[in-house]
Amino acid sequence: MSSQDIPEENLPAEQDEHGAVSVADEKNPFADPGLPPHEHRVQDIDERAAKRSERMVALLFTVSMLATVGFIASYVAIPHDKAIYVFPIGHINALNFALGLTLGLALFAIGAGAVHWARTLMSDVEIADERHPVEASPEVKAKVMDDFRAGAKESALGRRKLIRNTMFGALALFPLSGVMLLRDLGPLPGTKLRHTMWSKGKLLVNMNTNEPLRASDVSVGSLTFAKPEGLEEKDENFQTEIAKAALMIVRIQPDNIKDKRELEWSHEGIVAYSKICTHVGCPISLYEQQTHHVLCPCHQSTFDLSDGARVIFGPAGHALPQLRIGVNDEGYLEALGDFEEPVGPAFWERG
Amino acid sequence: MSTNDTTATRRGKAPAGERVADWADGRLGIYSLAKTNMRKIFPDHWSFMLGEVCLYSFIIIILTGVYLTLFFHPSMNEVEYHGSYIPLQGQMMSEAFNSTMHISFDVRGGLLIRQIHHWAALIFLAGMFVHMMRVFFTGAFRKPREVNWLFGFLLLVLGMFTGFTGYSLPDDLLSGTGVRFMEGAILSVPIVGTYLSMFLFGGEFPGGDFVARFYSIHILLLPGIMLGLLVGHLILVFYHKHTQFAGPGRTNNNVVGMPLLPVYMAKAGGFFFLVFGVIAAIAAIASINPIWAMGPYRPDMVSTGAQPDWYMGFSEGLIRVMPGWEINLWGHTLVLGVFIPLVIFPLVLVAIAVYPFVEAWVTGDRREHHILDRPRNAPTRTAFGAAWVSWYFVLMIGGGNDLWATHFHLSINAITWFVRVGFFVVPVLVFIATKRMCLGLQRRDKDKVLHGRESGIIKRLPHGEFIEVHEPLSQDALHTLTAHEQYKPLEIGPTTDDNGVERKVKGSEKLRAKLSEAYFGEESQIAKPTVEEYKEITSGHGHH
Repeated sequence: MSSQDIPEENLPAEQDEHGAVSVADEKNPFADPGLPPHEHRVQDIDERAAKRSERMVALLFTVSMLATVGFIASYVAIPHDKAIYVFPIGHINALNFALGLTLGLALFAIGAGAVHWARTLMSDVEIADERHPVEASPEVKAKVMDDFRAGAKESALGRRKLIRNTMFGALALFPLSGVMLLRDLGPLPGTKLRHTMWSKGKLLVNMNTNEPLRASDVSVGSLTFAKPEGLEEKDENFQTEIAKAALMIVRIQPDNIKDKRELEWSHEGIVAYSKICTHVGCPISLYEQQTHHVLCPCHQSTFDLSDGARVIFGPAGHALPQLRIGVNDEGYLEALGDFEEPVGPAFWERG
Repeated sequence: MSTNDTTATRRGKAPAGERVADWADGRLGIYSLAKTNMRKIFPDHWSFMLGEVCLYSFIIIILTGVYLTLFFHPSMNEVEYHGSYIPLQGQMMSEAFNSTMHISFDVRGGLLIRQIHHWAALIFLAGMFVHMMRVFFTGAFRKPREVNWLFGFLLLVLGMFTGFTGYSLPDDLLSGTGVRFMEGAILSVPIVGTYLSMFLFGGEFPGGDFVARFYSIHILLLPGIMLGLLVGHLILVFYHKHTQFAGPGRTNNNVVGMPLLPVYMAKAGGFFFLVFGVIAAIAAIASINPIWAMGPYRPDMVSTGAQPDWYMGFSEGLIRVMPGWEINLWGHTLVLGVFIPLVIFPLVLVAIAVYPFVEAWVTGDRREHHILDRPRNAPTRTAFGAAWVSWYFVLMIGGGNDLWATHFHLSINAITWFVRVGFFVVPVLVFIATKRMCLGLQRRDKDKVLHGRESGIIKRLPHGEFIEVHEPLSQDALHTLTAHEQYKPLEIGPTTDDNGVERKVKGSEKLRAKLSEAYFGEESQIAKPTVEEYKEITSGHGHH
């Protein structure tokens, strides 16, 4: 742009007589000098710059229109399962990419246009508005207090105590109906959290193969997940039952088992522990075969499976419950009862 | 154009727009409303835009959320998947997951809207967090805006829970793990924990009810309350008029800026489109919550690196680093290892929420404040805020301890211990450091006022000495740097009266005096330069 062509009378120096430097207040140099004079933008003084801004805003709005057309075209033309490679993101869904970018551009261009319009063409002269205290004036307050007193007196609430007290009673009681209605949100806990599907004689079924496990299937160092026989994925209560019954099965050399009861409850070093963490119930799934440690990936509670599954690190509060197992006549692993203690997170009635 | 002209040229008939406005005014009184609001003045500062980000992302969330409800089935009935995503075909999953898969793969643009919804939620909460920090560090929460501070705080908390119930709805492996965590935390509540859990889930976890229940909480209950709070928040912003920073011509009794019509109508209205556009573009290029990669929820399965959305990170940290304390007595279990984090979780938030009331009590200041503080000029407040933020982030480190361990090759045990210690130590260190920095900046301001700006020009004097030329500040700058008020520490006064009779001083008064000393004592603020000091330095001896 060439500032030589701007008419003289439009230049800031011609417009502001008292513009330039504010003279320091002799008495109080820190005093508020008041609003500084308005500084002109190039658009204020040069009509051609203003025209350029206008064209820019119009261009942005036009871009937005084109982007919306692009959105509709993408929606119609791009198959919804087409993947494309976009550097550096990788392979992504073409339709999602096209729709998102065209929509984003259509919206952004409207916003950019409006903001550019406001910043370059609308007046940027600062205006001061008065504030008024939020507090009411003493007269207003006095009037309100009088009104209130009059109203309260006319209601006779203070005088007729019987009405007041019974009204408070009624208002306090009726929400109880609402509370009662919430009762059937769920059953009472009872001993539900203490029992699982496991019982004497139930076979341990391999989660992956859906076949009962034989002792010989479990080798040292492996980690197997098991469920009780009779629990199928399509069962209605599968999710709720597996949330308590899920088992982890590992085989440890009997000599390496440090806990006496653990050895007793195992079958030749095959031990079955609840898979549900005693912290807040995540399934434990990381097994370190050399140390026999298992780690919950959610909150990193670590248990030692060779020592009664006691907690060796992390926020869990107690050891994983062990399921007592044996082998039936046909060589299949079976439970010798339910867990002796509740599985999963601790709760008040657990004891 | 004046009314007379209009009526003259239109032969007595007002233009259509005016007639519509007249119609509305006769019924709604819009002219009186417009009189005070149409040309309402808003001051300009980049940080005032943060609240707008929240408002707009909230609107975007509602728009996209309504769209998602058209396709989402809030049901936990197990169905077999037969959609177009091959790897999951034949798998059992809840209808909730199935319909989310349908939205993501078979509804054109469905994935985009889902991703916009989720991204906007993350941005909404981040926006609220940063906006709240802006309000905190500039003291914008002071009278008369305490109620609006609380509205905003409630919006943040409700936003967190709306987010949590929202990302739990697809019933995928990750979100189900989060719900399980919540159930475990509820179970830890003494006496009523098991009852609460049974009532919330309609029986044992996971049962078949929670998606439907979370759905009505997520799309109706919480957003409904939030919408009400949000409207109240905005009405109060208009009613109080916006705060502004000190500067020439800006006083506690005025508000200087540009009018709503047209400047802020265009700027703020345009900003909505900017925010929406950016979020749409993010949703186009950055995948979020790819539920197909995680699969449907199974209570016996989990993936590693499970993380909640960012705003729940600090609660995750609490639960991860707490030692697993459990007390077993008289047949009952007190699960402190989970219950203590559950109690600290709201306390962390409440600590910042009640701060304005604590500060108002300490200063005893009952005046209205419309001029914002620069953070450095309120060192104790700024230090407290920074300490709180550091506390929050230390907990977030705890919440991602596994990711820190794997990404930075650190020991997870070491990180956990760092967070355990840092929970207590880091806020204290940050408090001290921040306060010192504020005092340093105050000193710098004082120097600038008294000695001028460093010009960068080095002058050699005749006898060989080098000095730097300092340029005196303009009166605008002098005013701005000295406009802040400084409180004097509260004094209890003599504990005996004139006759030597002992006056009783309440414990709370003593505490208040102590806090006041900590806030405004000599150690806690640098006395701002006085006119006398300025005159002495600028007049008498010239440069030194």
